[in-house]
Amino acid sequence: MAITVGIPRALLYYYYYPMWRVFFEELGAKVVLSPPSTKGVLSMGLRHAVDDICLPVKMAFGHVLDLSGRVDCIFLPRLVSVEKREYICPKFLGLPDMVRRLSGLPPLIDVDISLYKNKKGLYEALQKVGALFNANTLAVWRAYRRSLGALKSYFRLLELGLMPSEAMAVMENRVKEAPYVSGDALKVALIGHPYNIYDSYVSMDVINKLRRMGAAVLTAENVSEKTVNRHVSGLPKKLFWTLGRRMIGAAGHYMERQDISGLVYVAAFGCGPDSMTGALIEREARTRHIPFLSLNIDEHTGEAGVVTRLEAFLDMIRWRRCG
Amino acid sequence: MRVTFPHMGNLYISLQGMLQYLGVEVIPPPPSSKRTLTLGSQYGPEFACLPLKLNLGNFIEAGEAGADTIVMAGGCGPCRFGYYAQVEQAILRDLGCAMEMIVLEPPERHITELLVKIKRLAGGRSWWQVIQAIRFGFAKARETDWIEKESFRLRPREIVPGSTDRAYREALALIDGARRWDELEQTREKAADLIAGVMTEMSRSVIKIGIVGEIYTLLEPFSNHDIERQLGYLGVEVDRSIFLSEWINDHLFLGLVKGLRSHKEACDAAHPYLRHTVGGHGQETVGSVVNYARAGFDGAIQLFPFTCMPEIVAESILPDVTASYGIPVLTLIMDEHTGEAGMLTRLEAFVDLLAWRKEKEGPVPA
Repeated sequence: MAITVGIPRALLYYYYYPMWRVFFEELGAKVVLSPPSTKGVLSMGLRHAVDDICLPVKMAFGHVLDLSGRVDCIFLPRLVSVEKREYICPKFLGLPDMVRRLSGLPPLIDVDISLYKNKKGLYEALQKVGALFNANTLAVWRAYRRSLGALKSYFRLLELGLMPSEAMAVMENRVKEAPYVSGDALKVALIGHPYNIYDSYVSMDVINKLRRMGAAVLTAENVSEKTVNRHVSGLPKKLFWTLGRRMIGAAGHYMERQDISGLVYVAAFGCGPDSMTGALIEREARTRHIPFLSLNIDEHTGEAGVVTRLEAFLDMIRWRRCG
Repeated sequence: MRVTFPHMGNLYISLQGMLQYLGVEVIPPPPSSKRTLTLGSQYGPEFACLPLKLNLGNFIEAGEAGADTIVMAGGCGPCRFGYYAQVEQAILRDLGCAMEMIVLEPPERHITELLVKIKRLAGGRSWWQVIQAIRFGFAKARETDWIEKESFRLRPREIVPGSTDRAYREALALIDGARRWDELEQTREKAADLIAGVMTEMSRSVIKIGIVGEIYTLLEPFSNHDIERQLGYLGVEVDRSIFLSEWINDHLFLGLVKGLRSHKEACDAAHPYLRHTVGGHGQETVGSVVNYARAGFDGAIQLFPFTCMPEIVAESILPDVTASYGIPVLTLIMDEHTGEAGMLTRLEAFVDLLAWRKEKEGPVPA
């Protein structure tokens, strides 16, 4: 019987799941994904995580606990760095250590993935994972190449303007309806960490809420790496957070585009990188006179408050457009 | 060029010593106060951590005093401190008190990278003078650290209340006043005399607590409501996981000076619990608690500013250290709203608990 590998639907699932899935399936394992976030998943996380940690990490705790008992092992790599000379966030560096303490978990696959020095880091980490499955070097290499291909097509779909859930549906051939077409609706840029804005429970479904209110939503992941880098090159110092760099670069790009009417920034309460990147983006938006809404989310946020603020924001933009 | 820098405990003594040795005009900011913090939290980003707000307040106040250039440290992540200087500079520009900022990024491979930056600051001085100035500043850092350590030992045992604090202040002022090597040598002896003049009762039984955590809240007494002194009054001998000279040696000199405690020991001790560096001093915090437990300390206190990422990771893991070594750990989080009375109550309760525990278990065999 195939080994089942659990992957928590949290944190960088929204970037790398298509890759992990192909990789483990190539190795002959069965991938089990935790269900979409719910109140139940979050409350499990809240019980086991320290109070001071941010909402997305509490959510990740919940997803890991949800998988335990259902899978043979859980894939929870230590994502040190995914780009040269950049980090994700200190909490990602300590995540496997924080999770390992929880009782009753199946074994964790917690290899260090670090591309800080060079790009070979990923392949080396995957070879270590492959060794756990008794796969030979060649088989791992083949799985690595195929998973990299999957990741490339996933990112291409994101750049076409799809949201991660839509892009994953396309990749897994389960598209039932035609993708959302924005037409000439009001366009709003939604900037935030992927695990905050794409988790519909965490963000209170902000993407679909905006769409239902008649606004087309564009996110940082819809911008190509090249565009991002062009916009961050003007920063006084290279930003060392991969996600923060993407958010600042994309925000800069959207602020230059005439068809984007406003910017919504979603930050998790207590997030370190958000406190800096959010400040930089807000400053830029203010000097350029671009409508800017900052939403701070934690486990206590009420949905009605978010709806009211989004409605008010869109009303303001529409009113502004009428001149 | 009138140079200023942010406050961090007794950092001003060695930094000012180095800059004055090079003949640079120095205007240190007024000591951090309520006003500093108010200015910093008024203009700083809401969710930035406490050190950024205090830095910003220091710069604004130094600007008022006439400073026009800031010397600031940098970093390359993942802790947000590495981006402080850039955000602070943008805020200062908006406030209309633009100052030039010289950011000293930590050397990645070799100490010479640091030398080049300090030489730029020193203008026409020779390499030899630059090296001598750095040595001079470092000598002052070692001296102030020694005085601090002595005060930790004396305060819980002093016979005349307040005598340690007086000797401590006077000794620091002497070190701060030294301008040349021979002066430093003389003041060193005088400082040692002052410290030796504090009457103590060495047989008094004291509780030992190791203070660990984030470097700024550890070193800057204003940010931690003078926790070391408060604990001293409660009859506690403290030790601290980070001292300025050790930090300089580890991170700026890359371990050039031998014989100082190194952060590597702490990181090694942390390994079973936290197997990777998490930026800042997160791994050192976990390892230092292990080391304090092994050294027979009665308890540990973790200090960090609200939302500090590396320390939150450490905080999540510390219960495991407590479980394996039985060392109680109290976590105190500092922000601009922290009240002194509330903290004091918690410290008293923690110390009572440790004293009760110690009494119950009887004297620990040495």
